[in-house]
Amino acid sequence: MPTARRLPIAPRPQALPTLVIGFCAFLLASGPSVAAEIAPTKFVTANGITVLVLEQHFLPIVEIHALIKTGSAQDPPDKAGLANLVASLLDEGTTTRTSKQQAEQIDFVGGALEAKASEDFTTASARVLKKDIDLGFTLLADMLQHPAFYKQEFERIRTQLLGEMASDNDDPGHIAMKAFNQLVFHGHPYRWPVNGTEETLNKITLADVQAFYGREYSPSQVILTIVGDITLEQATALVQTHLGTWKKGTATARNTKKPSPVERRTVQLIEKDLTQSTIVLGHGGLPRTHPDFYSVTVMNYILGAGGFSSRLMDSIRDKQGLAYGIMSHFDARLMPGSFWVNLQTKTETTNQAITGVLSEIKSIRDAPVSDQELAEAKSFLMGSFPLRFDSTAKLAQVLAQVEFYGLGFEYFSEYPKWIDRVTKEDVQRVAKQYLDPKRYALVVVGNLAKAKVKH
Amino acid sequence: MQCARRLIMTWLYSRHIMQISWLIAASSFVFAFTSPAVATEPLEFILSNGMKVLLVEVPKAPVATVQVWYKVGSRNEVMGRAGLSHMLEHMMFKGTAKYPKGTFSRLIRKNGGMDNAFTSQDFTAYFENLAADRVELALELEADRMQGLVLDMSELTTEREVVKEERRLRTEDDPQGALVEALFAQAYLSHPYHWPVIGWFGDLDAMTLDDLQRHYDTYYSPNNATLVVVGDIKADSLLPTIKQLFEPIPRGPEPKPIATMESEQKGERRFLLKRDAQVPFVMMGYRVPNFTSEDSYALDILDSILSHGKSSRLYQNLVYEQKSSLAVGAEYSLLQTDPGLFYFYALVSPGQKPEVVEEALHREIKRLQADPPTEQELQRAKNQVEATHVFEQDSNFRRAMLLGQAESVGAGWQKIDQFVERIRAVTTKDIQRVARQYLTEDNRTVGTLIPVPPKQPEAPSTAAQQGRP
Repeated sequence: MPTARRLPIAPRPQALPTLVIGFCAFLLASGPSVAAEIAPTKFVTANGITVLVLEQHFLPIVEIHALIKTGSAQDPPDKAGLANLVASLLDEGTTTRTSKQQAEQIDFVGGALEAKASEDFTTASARVLKKDIDLGFTLLADMLQHPAFYKQEFERIRTQLLGEMASDNDDPGHIAMKAFNQLVFHGHPYRWPVNGTEETLNKITLADVQAFYGREYSPSQVILTIVGDITLEQATALVQTHLGTWKKGTATARNTKKPSPVERRTVQLIEKDLTQSTIVLGHGGLPRTHPDFYSVTVMNYILGAGGFSSRLMDSIRDKQGLAYGIMSHFDARLMPGSFWVNLQTKTETTNQAITGVLSEIKSIRDAPVSDQELAEAKSFLMGSFPLRFDSTAKLAQVLAQVEFYGLGFEYFSEYPKWIDRVTKEDVQRVAKQYLDPKRYALVVVGNLAKAKVKH
Repeated sequence: MQCARRLIMTWLYSRHIMQISWLIAASSFVFAFTSPAVATEPLEFILSNGMKVLLVEVPKAPVATVQVWYKVGSRNEVMGRAGLSHMLEHMMFKGTAKYPKGTFSRLIRKNGGMDNAFTSQDFTAYFENLAADRVELALELEADRMQGLVLDMSELTTEREVVKEERRLRTEDDPQGALVEALFAQAYLSHPYHWPVIGWFGDLDAMTLDDLQRHYDTYYSPNNATLVVVGDIKADSLLPTIKQLFEPIPRGPEPKPIATMESEQKGERRFLLKRDAQVPFVMMGYRVPNFTSEDSYALDILDSILSHGKSSRLYQNLVYEQKSSLAVGAEYSLLQTDPGLFYFYALVSPGQKPEVVEEALHREIKRLQADPPTEQELQRAKNQVEATHVFEQDSNFRRAMLLGQAESVGAGWQKIDQFVERIRAVTTKDIQRVARQYLTEDNRTVGTLIPVPPKQPEAPSTAAQQGRP
């Protein structure tokens, strides 16, 4: 087993053997740079809804995707889980439809109706065949404007969420991330799981749910994205018919407090009778709108997000055989998010794996990445860009988020350029700025007596 | 809220963690059929060495998926070497003479693509998702490793540890994964569906390079493979390239058919799994036919009526009304090489008894045996199948997977075309009949996960420590 970091052996063009057919040409080229031609129409309705429409006529399907600018970051401190509970109740009964009727109507046409909260925003969406477009709008508009919040559904869903929380404790990865977020986002709403905790969920009352809905759900808070086999005229008319009478709300105060950085090395060990240790190591990150986002994306690809091309995968899995999956993440949110590396390794090799992770974090800060690493990372990020929205649902989600973060629709044509201009110096600078091998949070879930964590 | 379908993760073992949505796509496969109004038909070609090629032109976006499917999975293994197919899948990334270790994924990635592979009971598949103008690169690399794999001892030694980590992650440390494994071991006594795709630790340790080489030589030949390309391609111009790359690969020996079949089950089998877990989990598997039986269509609709969507019977009764389960479902895939299981699962709500949940599952089965479903339920299920088909075409990857799976299990992709008529012809009486015929007590295996308190740790527990600054 090779122990030294091997030289990258991916062939440079000149090293390639003669190929049977003539695709040397594209290997020699500086890499694919497919800028996507995606140009939605955007307008704002009289009552304040931002609408994005993108016609796609290849298949007779339509995705209607509402992004509501509220999420668990707006939960009151002692009532974590409120935004999620509200979202979970949107398809559990409206003033004119019971929970079962909503389900029966969407199931009968083979469509899908979903609502889901995350930290910064909530989404509610309907996916239907073109022939069912009116029903899709009807059901989605109904759940956005007229959720009934029936007492019995509120109790049932809360009990269900509490049960899921218990069941989630069979997943060591879930336990580790929950602990990690509390260490990294101490004092900030990002510290709680989106669905809250047993304690906070039990404090939420039906009145809280109604008040949160009344305060946070209004037309001006909504980005409505419609993608699929529909014309702009049809979409405009359907929005007017189904959402035109939704009353304007008043602007609400946003929680925009920034998380404070991890100030010292903090270790949390959680005992669980397992054969593997689940390890999460990291610290604070950066917001999505930060200009360094693209340099960080390239750096993180080289470190641990680049699959089998990444340094962490190469070292921890391919060379040492310590893990099946290992990855590094920068979760860039509206407010600064977090950075973490996660992996699972057999109990006995816990310390070896942690040492390996820290060593890669140090090394990408201490020395510039190679020309080849940089070129390959950029080439992948630019070339794979169109794969990120290769389905109607993904396209609707990406469009909505581009609007939410205020990236501008030039994002679709400019992204490759923003990646391409990242230099080796940028990569090292952001590695030094956004990675810290001394002040970090470390969580290990597993058999602690055997793991003997030293860090 | 929808049922958490974590369970599905257990069916496919991939080289690296895949997006869950893909895995769900893979096994919830309501099978597709072709409605003439949408998308283009697959074009089929057979190369001179027997390799089947399926090409689908989808000019929607400038991307494509390339998939090579081999008709080999854990069903082709022998006792003592469980997990050999999956281990070989991992080793397929260790390089050839032409493209040494590490080159494959690196080349795909630097060309903006993503690659991975997965193994099931019936098949092993490799794929690259990339920009349509890079398809030839993926084809060149796949053709190369169809015959030129270099198996190296030190690579095996390391990769064996990786696969053992994968087993720990999915089975040893996952109570539900452990129950699924035990269910198949109980439901199949002689057929290779008895052992898990990932293999047993002992077998993984015993595997040699010779085992891998023999498996590779036996099953990785063009006449045992299907190439599927779906995306923004032109079949006319791509086919000559495919021929040039793959036709020089010589035809291999025809793999011998699997001789060991499972005899009829005569009496219920029942077992408990006691381990550290938060909530109980109940599974019931019924032995049922695959696509070769006309009954498979009614079984597929039966699955839909029981478990597709929040208005389905299992969700409405066990989760919504009785509140005894956190998640519940039924799964049936007719696209299996040998007859598989129609199985039910329920994640028991905290404080509820697994016996009560099991009884509720039996009640739903008995209801369908006593009275056929309503016409409305039947129509809903048919509509769901049709809509799912259209939505599936939205993803090149899913479309290719469906074709690859249908071909690899022996159904043939054309059979997919017939599914629509067959599904449309299913009656409420058919559903009642198959429920009576197959969902019987003597034909089932029931497994229950019983949580027990965790072992007492030897060291102080849940310690929060502040490190030195």
